[in-house]
Amino acid sequence: MSDTLQQTPLFALHGELGARMVPFAGYAMPLQYPAGLMAEHLHTRTKAGLFDVSHMGQIRIAAKSGDVRDAALALESLVPANYAGLGANRQRYGLLTNDEGGILDDLMVANLGHELLVVVNASCKEADADRVEAALSDRCVVTRQFDRALVALQGPAAEAALAPLCPAAASMRFMDMIETQIDGIPVTLSRSGYTGEDGYEIGCAAEDGERLARLLLAQPDVMPIGLGARDSLRLEAGLCLYGNDIDTTTTPIEASLGWAIQKTRREGGEREGGYPGAEHVLRQAREGVSRQRVGLMAEGRAPVRGGAKLFADAQGTKHVGVVTSGAFGPTVQAPVAMGYVETAYAAVDTALFAELRGKFVPVHVRATPFVAPGFKR
Amino acid sequence: MTTYYTKSHEWIRLEGTEATVGITAHASEELGELVFVEAKDEGTEVAAGDAAAVVESVKAASDIYAPVAGTVSGFNDRLSDEPTLVGSEPEGEGWIFRMTVSNPEEVTSLLTREQYDAL
Repeated sequence: MSDTLQQTPLFALHGELGARMVPFAGYAMPLQYPAGLMAEHLHTRTKAGLFDVSHMGQIRIAAKSGDVRDAALALESLVPANYAGLGANRQRYGLLTNDEGGILDDLMVANLGHELLVVVNASCKEADADRVEAALSDRCVVTRQFDRALVALQGPAAEAALAPLCPAAASMRFMDMIETQIDGIPVTLSRSGYTGEDGYEIGCAAEDGERLARLLLAQPDVMPIGLGARDSLRLEAGLCLYGNDIDTTTTPIEASLGWAIQKTRREGGEREGGYPGAEHVLRQAREGVSRQRVGLMAEGRAPVRGGAKLFADAQGTKHVGVVTSGAFGPTVQAPVAMGYVETAYAAVDTALFAELRGKFVPVHVRATPFVAPGFKR
Repeated sequence: MTTYYTKSHEWIRLEGTEATVGITAHASEELGELVFVEAKDEGTEVAAGDAAAVVESVKAASDIYAPVAGTVSGFNDRLSDEPTLVGSEPEGEGWIFRMTVSNPEEVTSLLTREQYDAL
């Protein structure tokens, strides 16, 4: 492992737990623990898994006026989502766009009542913070919190594991976010995640991270889960991975993420447009797009992976798209994928063919998520 | 009948000109639980070091190389329904493909068990 890799506050614990560490977004991160990817994936779907996501970036945005709504309105100049209408202690997904309407990053924004807490991808965090600071610093104080610990407790047993340590957790609903304590440790606690399961994401100071993780791992049915299973879980849940399924060359409309743009920010809405690339995104929403992100399932057991070309015919003459993420789905017990196809081929159940080692494997466009979500709404 | 090994973690067991090829326990452990295994079609000619089969875990596909030159002559069909057999018995029932080798002498250039274990 290179000396230049950063370590999360849980680095020593990963070693103790026997993790196989890999470089990811500049950090040494656990790919899997001794149980292995398959067991970790299935455990998260049936019980509860604990993920170290401390590599992700946290950014606090406080309005100089003191009114959190001003911070939300300011952030809306960068993100096509309705944050001014986001209630206190609620969290909402969003996208940072560039002038062409391409996606610079996807993020979670929480209204803590007094300020916003934004969680962004590890590989984008410095650029995201620079962008937010440049655009908002006249109206807001922007604080990078890149040294905190952040863990995700995911799975149907997550509530039962956390409630004894933090009674407030049980009454939270999907996408609630509160500031509270767990065994005396001050935490930010949201009911959210990246697996399609019920669960929580918990942030705390770096020095409390290991104690928090040990407390959670000591609960019944909780085991540590690595990045490998995190990827297969999010893929089965139909969730995009930034850099694979969305990037600066894809717009929110092409990425089938139009739902992340609330009505107030759409054409005819109270605060229509007003973010970078809005004219492109609004036009695409109105006129349609030439390609679209879709879910895909392949016949047989061979996984169709990112980079595989998609064709309309079994001979591979009519190229109509590309797979952006693909793996064998341990819960669905079949190959699952997502990718971009020409709009004429984007309807659910459309039959396509993926190139795999010189052969053309039948695949079908399928609705996502591939597994039923376990959220507590 | 002797088994030889490659630096890329295949094993090959030769009887006359017919050989059975699989991956070592060490390789299987590194790959994790397999979800799919496939060999090149019977009759495919391969040079030493050519991809002759592929094994896939949830996360990644890995090529399995022909240890020596020859022709693919069969696939362990049990792996179609039970790819995890490679993990449970990598150097036995979890063999992957058979091949007819062009020059049986070529295996002696491969690693012995002692040499492989010393890697």
